[in-house]
Amino acid sequence: MTNPTEDRRQWPLYEVFVRARGGLDHKHVGSLHAVDARMAIDHARDLYTRRQEGVSIWVVPSKDITASDPAENDSLFEPARDKIYRHPTFYEIPDEVKTL
Amino acid sequence: MTSPVRADTPALFRYVLRLGDLSLVLGQRLGEWVGHAPALEEELGLANVALDLVGQARLLLTYAGEVEGRGRGEDEIAFLREHGDYLNAILAEQPNGDFGQTIVRQVLVDAFQLELYRSMTTSTDERLAAIAAKSVKEVLYHLRYSSGWLVRLGDGTEESHARVQSALDTLWPYTVELFAEDELDRTMADRGVAPRLSDVHTAWLRHIDEILAEATLQRPEDRPYSWYGKRGQHSEHLGYILAEMQHLQRTYPGARW
Repeated sequence: MTNPTEDRRQWPLYEVFVRARGGLDHKHVGSLHAVDARMAIDHARDLYTRRQEGVSIWVVPSKDITASDPAENDSLFEPARDKIYRHPTFYEIPDEVKTL
Repeated sequence: MTSPVRADTPALFRYVLRLGDLSLVLGQRLGEWVGHAPALEEELGLANVALDLVGQARLLLTYAGEVEGRGRGEDEIAFLREHGDYLNAILAEQPNGDFGQTIVRQVLVDAFQLELYRSMTTSTDERLAAIAAKSVKEVLYHLRYSSGWLVRLGDGTEESHARVQSALDTLWPYTVELFAEDELDRTMADRGVAPRLSDVHTAWLRHIDEILAEATLQRPEDRPYSWYGKRGQHSEHLGYILAEMQHLQRTYPGARW
């Protein structure tokens, strides 16, 4: 089977991030095909903001995203599990401290 | 059952029909791509433009009905008129052809509507000024979309270049009508309702020349032309469009959804 990203007839894939309102983060909303970044913005506008979902769009070529390997999840994420002292809720705040 | 649009019909009514029918017919044409576009993303892109255009047509035809004062609403005007009562420029009804031809037609109309609506935001007719203010934002995006594609295709492969150049040669003669000022255009400009078509033409040409230069396409020569959709003289294509567009209202009169 050929990898779809290697099929030259297929347009490259872009990941789309939309900011819902000023002050909020851009959130990943999905992906789409486009020949270039400008077209990706146009398509993202038509696909993901047609119900007024956003005020700003980012597009990133999917191939430029480096993802962690799910096979490495144990070594990447498990070690954090027992380090509960990294959560602020682990600590008791002394009564004398009024504002923190 | 229909009231033919004759020269003695109030000028403003006829003028608003020209604007509304241009958007309506072009919107209907673009809708034909749904289910056939070269990519899912393009299908949505074209459908979005089509919906904007139909939205403009609704506002304009509703207003036309009020100006006419015979109690006709947007649906009656959109779906229950005869061939010769539609006043859209013939360019709007030209067939979709291949994707390139659709894009060429779109660029030509988008740049026209952009300059027309831009000037019309200061119209002495407040209703038209409001509709223009809303529409100009939509049309600005339409032109961004269509001109982006024209540049991509014109400055693309040998085949895509040849196809859009050929579409441009085919469609160019129909643009003459857009700027051929007749009595109605003159009356509207004199009243400050609409801009002078000569001014719109100058601005339009500036857009078109910029886009064509970037797309490495040749602007065809203007040729004499005397066929006016905006006076109700249409090509055979409009008949097929109307047959499809009016089918539901003619078969089930008063149908709503």
